[in-house]
Amino acid sequence: MSRKPPEPVQVVKERRDAALARLAGSIPYARLLGVHFDRRGDELTAVMPFDEQLIGNPMLPALHGGASAAFLEISAIVQLSWLTLWEGMESGAPMPEGRIRLPKTIDFTIDYLRTGLPRDAYARARVNRSGRRYASVHVEAWQDNHARPFVQATGHFLMPPDGV
Amino acid sequence: MERGLDFARKFVAALPHGRLLGMNVVAMANGVAELEMPYDTKLIGDPETGVIHGGAVSALMDTCGGLAIFAHPLQAITTATLDLRIDYMRAATPGQTILARAECYHMTHTVAFIRAQAFDDNRDLPVATASGAFSVELMGKRA
Repeated sequence: MSRKPPEPVQVVKERRDAALARLAGSIPYARLLGVHFDRRGDELTAVMPFDEQLIGNPMLPALHGGASAAFLEISAIVQLSWLTLWEGMESGAPMPEGRIRLPKTIDFTIDYLRTGLPRDAYARARVNRSGRRYASVHVEAWQDNHARPFVQATGHFLMPPDGV
Repeated sequence: MERGLDFARKFVAALPHGRLLGMNVVAMANGVAELEMPYDTKLIGDPETGVIHGGAVSALMDTCGGLAIFAHPLQAITTATLDLRIDYMRAATPGQTILARAECYHMTHTVAFIRAQAFDDNRDLPVATASGAFSVELMGKRA
């Protein structure tokens, strides 16, 4: 009996990129901040390109703490939803119809480690626990040097009733 | 001289990110500041519900916390957020302006402590609360 040939890599990539675009592109506030996501397999890196409108201290100049916080919160929410989407997608389940239901933030604690420079920022989120109802996520952002994060956060999230 | 509304309005007008989110100072006195942010579809975090993104509420409360520090009689010359914890009580009603109220309840030569609440039109139950620590530099106390 012959095995099913593997799917062409381009088909797999397109399916994954479309799922990610649908998820990340659905958040108007992420668009306002210019946040987008790079994907390597299942690994996501959030990117917030520098823009004058993200400045909070024009004297230094430095990124607004609120812009950094929002960047981290967007990264955490997208990472959480992405995990659920990815599992469904890889198990061969059809993509959910209609809008993707996003987790809701319960609390978010931001730790400002150093000044956000007027440069692009990158973030990666790690889901420390993801239960049926609650999830705990840690997220860290850096700019020029990955070993020197400028802001990190931990948050708790309420998962949508029946997965994504 | 204590810094009042004029100072606060100039301060917020000089913040590009404050302008992006449409922040507007309502009150500023004795370590307390009030800042509002009108509803705008570009601030939406969840398109299914039209509820604004938590990050926009964080940005408002962070800015309001900083203003409350400048409103404190000890007259900080600079401040930066060290940490901020935000609890989201409920979804803000779509279409309604968010009002943040922050209080700087203690200030040392190096650190200021704030707590803040954010409301929509219902002023009985906050949309979110926050507490934070900010670094400060006081006039004539350069570290």
